[in-house]
Amino acid sequence: MKYTITLGALAALSLAGIAPSAAAQGKPAAEKHHMKPMHAMPAMKAAPDPTTADFEKFREVLEDDNPAELFEQKGKELWTMKRGPKNASLEQCDLGLGPGVVKGAYVKMPRYFADVDQVMDAERRIVYCMETLQGFKAADLAKKPFSSDSSTPDPVSLTTYVAGQSRGMKLAIPQKNPKEREAFEVGREIFHYRAGPYDFSCATCHGEDGKRIRTQVLPNLSSKSGAMAATQGWPGYRMTGGLMHTIQWRMNDCFRQQRFPEPGYVSQTITDLLTYMAVNANGQVYKGPGIKR
Amino acid sequence: MADPMKIRAQMKGDAAEIRVLMSHPMETGQRKDGAGKVIPAHFIQSVTVTVNGKTVVDGQIGTSVSRNPVFGFRVKGAKAGDKVVVSWVDNTGDKRSDETAIN
Repeated sequence: MKYTITLGALAALSLAGIAPSAAAQGKPAAEKHHMKPMHAMPAMKAAPDPTTADFEKFREVLEDDNPAELFEQKGKELWTMKRGPKNASLEQCDLGLGPGVVKGAYVKMPRYFADVDQVMDAERRIVYCMETLQGFKAADLAKKPFSSDSSTPDPVSLTTYVAGQSRGMKLAIPQKNPKEREAFEVGREIFHYRAGPYDFSCATCHGEDGKRIRTQVLPNLSSKSGAMAATQGWPGYRMTGGLMHTIQWRMNDCFRQQRFPEPGYVSQTITDLLTYMAVNANGQVYKGPGIKR
Repeated sequence: MADPMKIRAQMKGDAAEIRVLMSHPMETGQRKDGAGKVIPAHFIQSVTVTVNGKTVVDGQIGTSVSRNPVFGFRVKGAKAGDKVVVSWVDNTGDKRSDETAIN
């Protein structure tokens, strides 16, 4: 938690200090650079390596019978059930489209919420609603926030349900509010921020096309197709272990793999990163909770 | 009581395609938890499918089947509107039965 603040502050500092020149030189150059591989992508896509091709076939077969649906169902029950110290349901939770509106909300988050004067991503907002409406304690929810063999945390099922209600809709992450734009900019800074014992940044693995870990192709999150590939499929049912995970877990685990200190659960750092990624994927169709190897 | 199944049953040509997604841990009894203790076996042992009361699948399954398993069957002679009932019983005696109509 402490580190998260430091990271945020650093990112903000470099935003204030370096960003103007970086924007003047780095950004257009970077975009130009990314354009080329993107144009070359169709050829690459036509012939993915055999492992990826095999897995994609497998995934297509399973997509209609995705166990994620079991968690959507569970999440729906949790959404409408009166629970917590205040014995209330989440049906008055405002996900940005008005209290109780779930349909289409997921593809418009992270977004600015006036009631908290903050940008929040889906899971963060759900946790906020569980706190304010139902009286759960955020600290308790943060104790075991990720799925394990023995349990699937409620926010995971709830996020899966909310995500499922945006199936087939286009991603439209708003960037009108200054705080939303700030989240994007800080997210980009964190994405490129190199640190830790391995001197890693997110961009080390996810900053250009064609990179991989073992047989796993890594999407280039700074490109439109890559950002969509990464946004798509979360929340996702992982066949390894048969666990349901949200993108909060993915972010957390990426930090772990970089040997960074763990970011706080549903922290601003994660919201900023998700804003950066999701805005890059804007305009593309979200297919709903996915299935992962 | 176990969580409900998801059943899809659809006519495809002259046969009904039935697909079932079950919610079950399917624990093999071979794994150990963080403290080194064996996690007890907990898995579905028998699966039955009936169409309009007639048994079309009566199967035994075991620990080689994954957690939250998906099964698919093609049933000839079924028609739209027929009632499909899928049931399972696991090794602890827990059971679950869900139904749908073929469309």
